[in-house]
Amino acid sequence: MIEVRLFANLRKGREKVYFMESGSIATVQDIMDRLAIPREEVNILLINGFHQKPETKVNDEDIVSLFPAVGGG
Amino acid sequence: MNERYIRNIPALSEHECAQLLQKTVAIVGCGGLGGHLVELMARIGVGELVVIDGDCFELSNLNRQLLSETDCIGFSKAQAAAERIRRINPDVKVRVYQTMLDTENADTLIAGCDAVLDGLDNISSRKLLKQACSKAGIPYIFGAISGWVAQTAISMPDDNLIEILYPEDTKLTDKSALSFTPALCASMQSALCVKLLTGRAVQTGAIYYFDLLHQEYEVIPIVSS
Repeated sequence: MIEVRLFANLRKGREKVYFMESGSIATVQDIMDRLAIPREEVNILLINGFHQKPETKVNDEDIVSLFPAVGGG
Repeated sequence: MNERYIRNIPALSEHECAQLLQKTVAIVGCGGLGGHLVELMARIGVGELVVIDGDCFELSNLNRQLLSETDCIGFSKAQAAAERIRRINPDVKVRVYQTMLDTENADTLIAGCDAVLDGLDNISSRKLLKQACSKAGIPYIFGAISGWVAQTAISMPDDNLIEILYPEDTKLTDKSALSFTPALCASMQSALCVKLLTGRAVQTGAIYYFDLLHQEYEVIPIVSS
């Protein structure tokens, strides 16, 4: 099972946490597609706490965290 | 010891207070983040502040920008920052630049600073400022907000944290800002800055992420995979 954690505005219209069967997920991009999250809306992408890219492969028991862009002042 | 700084003790040592008096810090942008940064740096006793902003106050600034007041719409943010510093702490030396940061002036504006505080509101200016800081060997203390969320970090001259954080196709979808979000962000930036200036241990290579809506705090490692 892969745990997916969404933060800030990415939770709008979605849940805070999802659990997905690892067999149907190859990469983080697959997770974003399943949750209908556009790639440009994800600014920080972590797997088990480390910065990764959408193309990165995910494995069973990984924790994937997605954060939107924050850039105002 | 100057009575003005008595309540800094013992959270800071007398030696650390003396260290701060010898430091020069630039605050780039004097709006939402910058207004609070100016306030906090002047009160704690940084010796010299460089305030930079080419913008003037607008009505839409009033919900969150500490230096903005109803009767100062149209007035320079940089000049308001300088005036605020003088009223809080006349011992602080102030350099005022009523100009926007650009490729021509960035190196000159931050020259001689011990740290640079980010009070900017857009990604391109942050990248420009970070480049200038790296070139000059000055630590850059990042801060950014959106709605209920704030992010801060220390970016050292030899890292590429800002480039990693903001890839070319980065899209800002929420440009709102609530009154308390820049206050929190600037407080965290100021604490990081004081730790850095006094030689205390700081964590680099990470973003501090605060979500005030969901009451969450995360330390996010930002390391190239």
